[in-house]
Amino acid sequence: MTTADLLGKLLQVVMGLAIFAAVVGLLIFFIDKAPKKGRDYWQLAGFLAPAMLFVIIGLVYPAIRTSILAFQDSSGEWTWDNFIWTFTQPAAIRTLINTIIWVLLVPTFATVIGLAYAVFIDRSRGEKYYKVVLFMPIAISFVGAGVIWRFVYEYRSGDREQIGLLNAIVVAFGGEPVQWLQTDPINTFLLIVVMIWIQTGFAMVLLSAAIKGVPTEQIEAAQLDGTNAWQRFLNVTVPGIRGALVVVLTTISIATLKVFDIVRTMTAGNFNTSVIANEMYTQAFRASEIGRGSALALILFVLVLPIVIYNVNVLRKQREIR
Amino acid sequence: MSSVAPADLPVGKDLGSIEQAEQVTYGDATKAGRVKKRLTSRTATIVSLIIAILWTIPTFGLFLSSFRPAELIRTTGWWTYFANPGLTLENYSSVLFSTSSSSPQLGAYIVNSIAIALLGTLIPLVFASMAAYAFAWIKFKWVNWLFIFVFALQIVPLQMALVPLLQIFSTWLRPMQAWLHDVIPIIPEQNYAPVWLAHAMFGLPLAIFLLHNFIAEIPADVIEAARVDGATHGQIFFRIVLPLATPALASFAIFQFIWVWNDLLVALIFSGGTQDVAPLTQRLAELVGTRGQDWQLLTASAFISIVIPLIVFFSLQRYFVRGLLAGSTKG
Repeated sequence: MTTADLLGKLLQVVMGLAIFAAVVGLLIFFIDKAPKKGRDYWQLAGFLAPAMLFVIIGLVYPAIRTSILAFQDSSGEWTWDNFIWTFTQPAAIRTLINTIIWVLLVPTFATVIGLAYAVFIDRSRGEKYYKVVLFMPIAISFVGAGVIWRFVYEYRSGDREQIGLLNAIVVAFGGEPVQWLQTDPINTFLLIVVMIWIQTGFAMVLLSAAIKGVPTEQIEAAQLDGTNAWQRFLNVTVPGIRGALVVVLTTISIATLKVFDIVRTMTAGNFNTSVIANEMYTQAFRASEIGRGSALALILFVLVLPIVIYNVNVLRKQREIR
Repeated sequence: MSSVAPADLPVGKDLGSIEQAEQVTYGDATKAGRVKKRLTSRTATIVSLIIAILWTIPTFGLFLSSFRPAELIRTTGWWTYFANPGLTLENYSSVLFSTSSSSPQLGAYIVNSIAIALLGTLIPLVFASMAAYAFAWIKFKWVNWLFIFVFALQIVPLQMALVPLLQIFSTWLRPMQAWLHDVIPIIPEQNYAPVWLAHAMFGLPLAIFLLHNFIAEIPADVIEAARVDGATHGQIFFRIVLPLATPALASFAIFQFIWVWNDLLVALIFSGGTQDVAPLTQRLAELVGTRGQDWQLLTASAFISIVIPLIVFFSLQRYFVRGLLAGSTKG
């Protein structure tokens, strides 16, 4: 990077900030100068306008357009071909199956481990350190996590010393090293481990806060009734944190459906590890199959939809209570 | 529903940051709890210790490896370090400073990441807080539905928007970028604008939701008093709402910063892939593909890309967690 390059980047940032400030400044100026009649109306519109504009251009219009593209082939003719391909091609079917495996395993394990951990460290000494340790992977990019775990799964042929942790353990127990990431189907599960590693901290933080919100009187009452810790957990704590459990499960499910970086960095979707989000990228941007990519994106959307509708319903009930 | 309280609550100085956030939300429950006996047994402590260690091992392995000489990394496991210590900074210096064409030359990419994250956080922050204010305080019936619509937009996976948005940028933004490059040659033709705009657009629904949660909690009397005094919405927004909403703004800013910094997909699509715009994550992904066996480069590069969001995370943990809790329900 030359000095000119650096200068160019700096200039872009400065100009970007200046233009942005100017736009916002102008907007506020006009909002305050709104005509007296229907003033509230104008001011509301002014405050909402930039966000709405961005959202329509960036999300609404593209979403509609992608839905249309999914039903077109490269010459613009209407066709079901893209979907037929998705549901009949073995590789594509495998992608769908992988995605479902991901969505079933990641939220479940992340939530269970996160919940157990939250309960175990509740009110212990050094609780905050325990939390930070589990939560840290969230700050690491998926790409970074991909590199970290690629290192763990690394393979060296039998006569050489192992540098990957997993193979080192296998060899220490007398086994032969394995090319983990290239071995179908365990490679998918190993990739899933990475996602669980990342998401458990999120589950733990939310559930820990929820556990602390369970009224202590209820726990005490259960204690007085002679229940043991496990029964108390099952019958008092779990129902008490139901809302947080729902949020955790749905959020992690959605994140899992969208996961792209882990698969792309660690296996690029080869060796039968591809998932929908990764395949969408491969089809649309590597194979120039826009129709198929769009079809996959649409399927992704349809999978995410029920989860979010459920979440929205919970949200609306909360708004009503407020 | 929101579990984040207004800004003026004092936060205990002796508590850990995550616990500070909890005390803000749950008040006495945590304090009383600490006085009581522990709910769980010694087994629980051991299990949690094991889990904690398991969770740290992979990252630690990478960290340690990045300081080992290249030969050692390639031939021995990082745990042999303890039998055979030998540290070096060479990996870091070669990925950062070496100018040979075969080295990663991370400098440019780090600057790109910073530039992208800066505006990629600022733009949605400002627009979302304005929209959140409108949703929270300006009373119109259909506003509720619009808000739910915007919230529901979080459904739309990035993937749904990529291809058409790229087409929009190619048609409308490209000519402007080319013109800018002609007028100011040091600004490359592929510039940050598409990435900034894309990140802003994708980040808005969640931003509006998180900020609205908080802004709606601001006591109505404060706003009403200002309205009675004849303040316009603009004045109320800047002089009352924004200052009070600072914790929520901070929480979202950190969220968004880390998210944008760690993003790969948006960068892949909108950055053009060269030194001009590509962020660190993209470069790292590239290195994994092209220099996959040069572990000494990968470990150091990965750690550099990890360390900045980690620093942001550790130093601003309290806000980060608060932001998370604000988006969830208590049940």
